[in-house]
Amino acid sequence: MPEILPYITKGRRGETFSYLPPMTPERLRKQIAYLIGRGWNPAIEHSEPEKIFSNFWYLWKLPMFGEKSIERILDELDACRRANPTHHVRLIGYDNFAQSQGTAFIVYRAGER
Amino acid sequence: MASSTFQAGVKDYRATYWTPDYVPLDTDLLAVFKIVTQAGVPREEAAAAVAAESSTGTWTTVWTDLLTDLDYYRGRAYRIEPVPGDDTAFYAFIAYPIDLFEEGSVVNVLTSLVGNVFGFKAVRSLRLEDLRFPIAYVKTCGGPPNGIQLERDRLNKYGRPLLGCTIKPKLGLSAKNYGRAVYEVLRGGLDFTKDDENINSQPFMRWQHRFEFVMEAVQKAEAETGERKGHYLNVTAPTPEEMYKRAEFAKSLGAPIIMHDFLTAGFTANTGLANWCRENGMLLHIHRAMHAVLDRNPYHGIHFRVLTKCLRLSGGDHLHSGTVVGKLEGDREATIGWVDMMRESFIPENRARGIFFDQDWGAMPGVMPVASGGIHVWHMPALTAIFGDDACFQFGGGTLGHPWGNAAGAHANRVALEACVEARNQGRQVEREGREILTEAAKDSPELKIAMETWKEIKFEFDTVDKLDVAAR
Repeated sequence: MPEILPYITKGRRGETFSYLPPMTPERLRKQIAYLIGRGWNPAIEHSEPEKIFSNFWYLWKLPMFGEKSIERILDELDACRRANPTHHVRLIGYDNFAQSQGTAFIVYRAGER
Repeated sequence: MASSTFQAGVKDYRATYWTPDYVPLDTDLLAVFKIVTQAGVPREEAAAAVAAESSTGTWTTVWTDLLTDLDYYRGRAYRIEPVPGDDTAFYAFIAYPIDLFEEGSVVNVLTSLVGNVFGFKAVRSLRLEDLRFPIAYVKTCGGPPNGIQLERDRLNKYGRPLLGCTIKPKLGLSAKNYGRAVYEVLRGGLDFTKDDENINSQPFMRWQHRFEFVMEAVQKAEAETGERKGHYLNVTAPTPEEMYKRAEFAKSLGAPIIMHDFLTAGFTANTGLANWCRENGMLLHIHRAMHAVLDRNPYHGIHFRVLTKCLRLSGGDHLHSGTVVGKLEGDREATIGWVDMMRESFIPENRARGIFFDQDWGAMPGVMPVASGGIHVWHMPALTAIFGDDACFQFGGGTLGHPWGNAAGAHANRVALEACVEARNQGRQVEREGREILTEAAKDSPELKIAMETWKEIKFEFDTVDKLDVAAR
């Protein structure tokens, strides 16, 4: 009989990209570049991990309308994480034409790094 | 206009219904049929006959014609075109005035347009290739109960296609065993599981029991993964009363989505259920059993792009679209054509994709296409490239057939999907570099690695039966 590995749930996930290894700075930059390139407006949200199901995480400042600088977006992500070290921090790309989010993914997970 | 007098007898249809100078109105409903005539019947006469029989005409003149303004109500054949690469058939374009149809009734439109006329002796074969619904008519229909944007917001899924899985074996599992299969799939990382279309309420598993066990599975998997999930609870039933009863029960259990088969159950049932879903905050997944009976023969029936438009008007949040790459029929360009028809707000005429008319949907929400049938991890790069983000990919055997079971199979698909989306966002050519992208991702996922080894040889490379009409066959 071939070997079967047990499937062990390794803690909670967090939607898009949460089944890939944690983002390296280089991979993160590319995703931010994509978000900007699509013309979406970056925004940052954070939440206690136990409130992950809430529709309304805490909004960090205001969405960065028209922001095109990867560096500034990275700086804000970092500032949000430093202010909320026990929270998940996610990046959103608001698509105002679809009136939705073009993308959203957790950048820093609570307790990591 | 009292100038007409009644003359009994049979007139050529073209005397009344062939109007090549007619310029269609913005409010007209336009149709294009592919016609093969009986020997000796001129094309204009056949086109006019189809226009007549699908609108105001019958085989003989009747005196009561003169009691109304038939000039206003008649359908008009206004153009004929050759079919590229086929001398036996031609396209007939017909314009119908909007007042021929009851508002908000796909049922009434189809009863007229594809009713008696399909049995009409003067044509050897007939196929409804495309329809243009005027925006004035679109505005009278309810459409999708929620739409893609609301579905994403409800389920918190952004920036990627959704993933589903049909539970197998499709018949014969008990409710608890079925719920087990659902739980394993969802905890492994998929967003949805699905009742097979033939699962309604059979002796081996009655619907109440299935709904109860499945919802426990969904809720446990949500709590475990921290992600929102759903199972398409099939409420297709023998009567509308029973259908609503099942829908109400699904709602009472907290289900986010239910499912319906729009062709076997019929448009009346479907439109009613879509209205119920809109009023009850329920997503509606639409399966299309029986469609190939209607749409696969290139010379007879109704093209799937027409069924797609009718479903969008009748209402549904998901609709099976074909995969292009899996086990079921579907030409690539034609599929992209009807996928656009599901989810865009304006789709211009594009003959290269089989679209004969501009179609304006106004603000009507979009339907999410569902690619399902014989797909596995190796298809993920192509699916991502063909469908983009606003689609749901459904792997049945491609999840449950994983050597380590459902959860590992689900996990493999989720990793493969996210790897393809990440690579696409990085500007890589996902279809061409698919093998490298999946191989890299498999380094961190033993589940994906085994899935890739299991299915590496499986392909479905049969020629498409219903091709687009192009000159070089």
